[in-house]
Amino acid sequence: MLELVIFSSLNGVLYGMLLFMLASGLTLIFSMMGVLNFAHASFYMLGAYFGFEISRRIGFWPGFVVAPLLVGAVGALVERYGLRQVHRHGHVAELLFTFGLAFVIEELVQMFWGKLPVDYRVPASLDFTAFTLFQTTYPAYRMFMLLVAVGMFVFLLAILTRTRVGLIIQAALTHPNTVAMLGHDVPRIFMMVFGVGSALAGLAGVIAGPALVTQPSMAALLGPILFVVVVVGGLGSLPGAFVASLLIGLIQTFAVAINLSLSDIFGPGGAALFGDLWQATVAQLAPVIPYLLLVLILIFRPTGLMGTRET
Amino acid sequence: MRSSLGRYALWIGLAVLFAALPHIFTSGTSLTKMSLMGIMIVFALSYNMLLGQTGMLSFGHAVYYGLAGFMVVHFINRASGGAWPVWLPFVPLIGGLTGLTFGIIFGWVSTKRAGTAFAMISLGLGELVAACSLILRGFFGGEEGITTNRTRLLRLFGYNFGPQIQVYYLIAAWCLICIAAMYAITRTPLGRMSNAVRENPERAQFVGYSTQMVRFLSFCLSGFFAGIAGALAAINFEIMNFLSVGAIQSGTVLLMTYIGGVGHFFGPILGAVLITWLQSSLSDLTGAWMLYFGLLFIFVIMFSPGGIAGWIMLHEPLARAGLLMRLLPAYLLIAVPVLIALAGIVGLIEFGHHYLVKGATDGTVVRVLGVALDTAGPLPWLISVGLLAAGLVLGRRLWPVVTDAWNAASAELKRRISA
Repeated sequence: MLELVIFSSLNGVLYGMLLFMLASGLTLIFSMMGVLNFAHASFYMLGAYFGFEISRRIGFWPGFVVAPLLVGAVGALVERYGLRQVHRHGHVAELLFTFGLAFVIEELVQMFWGKLPVDYRVPASLDFTAFTLFQTTYPAYRMFMLLVAVGMFVFLLAILTRTRVGLIIQAALTHPNTVAMLGHDVPRIFMMVFGVGSALAGLAGVIAGPALVTQPSMAALLGPILFVVVVVGGLGSLPGAFVASLLIGLIQTFAVAINLSLSDIFGPGGAALFGDLWQATVAQLAPVIPYLLLVLILIFRPTGLMGTRET
Repeated sequence: MRSSLGRYALWIGLAVLFAALPHIFTSGTSLTKMSLMGIMIVFALSYNMLLGQTGMLSFGHAVYYGLAGFMVVHFINRASGGAWPVWLPFVPLIGGLTGLTFGIIFGWVSTKRAGTAFAMISLGLGELVAACSLILRGFFGGEEGITTNRTRLLRLFGYNFGPQIQVYYLIAAWCLICIAAMYAITRTPLGRMSNAVRENPERAQFVGYSTQMVRFLSFCLSGFFAGIAGALAAINFEIMNFLSVGAIQSGTVLLMTYIGGVGHFFGPILGAVLITWLQSSLSDLTGAWMLYFGLLFIFVIMFSPGGIAGWIMLHEPLARAGLLMRLLPAYLLIAVPVLIALAGIVGLIEFGHHYLVKGATDGTVVRVLGVALDTAGPLPWLISVGLLAAGLVLGRRLWPVVTDAWNAASAELKRRISA
């Protein structure tokens, strides 16, 4: 039991930090531009595939550096030549633009790398066991992922609270109009935030690719969960996104490990009334839990856990 | 008098068209396509009751379509062999009621909020139902889905609805009824209030209406018609699986509706027909049709946010004044660079698809118009990029001709109105 708790917590925190790498960019982009970026998970996928392609040709570490930069550049271009054009048609059009973009990116990825998962490997320098606990080994690569995620968190926090750019961004979170009136080039800040957000998503993809599966559906699998995180945490709230990421990460990981169903607890009597739901184990129900949480939060606490604005 | 006659003429014309279509396109595949189009027209129109009429962006509309489809499959299976005295043509009502029921349940939850929050709740509910569809195997049949046999119900006037042509007429009849009903709804006070809620919810509230109630009613009605579409799909395919409640189905109806145009009632009809046709025709021609589909969607969002219907209706005042012919030369002129650029884009996508996807198995050589081109070499790529660049440059040069013609025609129109 203790073994389960320790490893599930570790994996849950890891998954949560990974979610946060994406959610932080998404929530920043939303609070600045009012756009809920459907393509954010697609940038994560692009990061994984770029990382794979570079690691196949040169090596993992060059990919680790170059792939996020490439994804960031793609993101900035998308903002400059796509979103900015659509902006005058309103928020619905912007949302739909990113929706279409996610669609196109998935198709392009399928075209370039095929529909099957690609063989994106953990680099040899990190392919060893970090520690052994209760006869279960924990791979070093996962520790590395955790380290990168924490490092990114510290980096983001430092930028937002210690630099001038960060101050402007923070100001734009709450008072976007005033920031524009003070003479800051808001479109350029938008492009930058979008680019950096995409780059962070790309970085998450590069490090998650070898540990999870690099496949064309990875964006569609993660995207909706990401929205759950951002909404549950409160749109525009970075601390909220952090808490919600860890929460969802832990819930998901623990749920998968629990093999209990209602019929195990209350006996098979309810099966007649509830059918398959009575028999379903918590592990089977795991994919449903985040969405249930999303709907409940939106009904009962529309601002999210730590948000200040209503969505 | 004349206008009401014109109105009826339109509906009668539509009915005659629906009746005549199978005699014009007689092949089996076109019959299948047209049946699917009928289903999608109802589905897209029901979606537009939300997005176009009331301004609610939903990412989970397939829930009502799919759940109704499943319910109908179960209903037909129960009623089979004369167990219940039901005729197939009335079964879509069961689907509609299912859609309505779930519309009431989920609508009560989601229409409390508008805007982005509504979109997110609809996405969450959609994912919730999609995730449940794989857990509740008894109702959804797991990955294989659930099959049925539409011919096992009671015969109506000797028809058992086995042949596709009978199903086509069933779908066409329901499609016509639904189009008329949904059009009628836009003319009711509720339809007008939905437009007000879309345009300016605050003022709608000041007038004394509950915006939430208006959203809720629109949502329920939209669920009802989506349910009818789902029932027709169940009857048409005789199978339902978990994909029909999923995100892809929800995304497809959104794309269809938006490409057709959300600002006009007939937009979604155009979108449903065009996209269904593209889906079946392009998927035979090219493996990259989904990519074209996505690019078309992005193009519409960026350059014609009113969709195809919006673009057509832009010309309506000119057409009424008989000035449309003045634009024709300019449009023919601009069509040349557009086609050239399009050829370049198609070339890039097709050569890319051939090289990347089929290259490993079929070889990299592709034959275009009898000429063999090796996609591993630079030639096809240079041609495509050249065509695209030429089209763009030429298009930019010729564009002023179009704007001039447009301005001239508009000025003439203004002059005639004031005269």
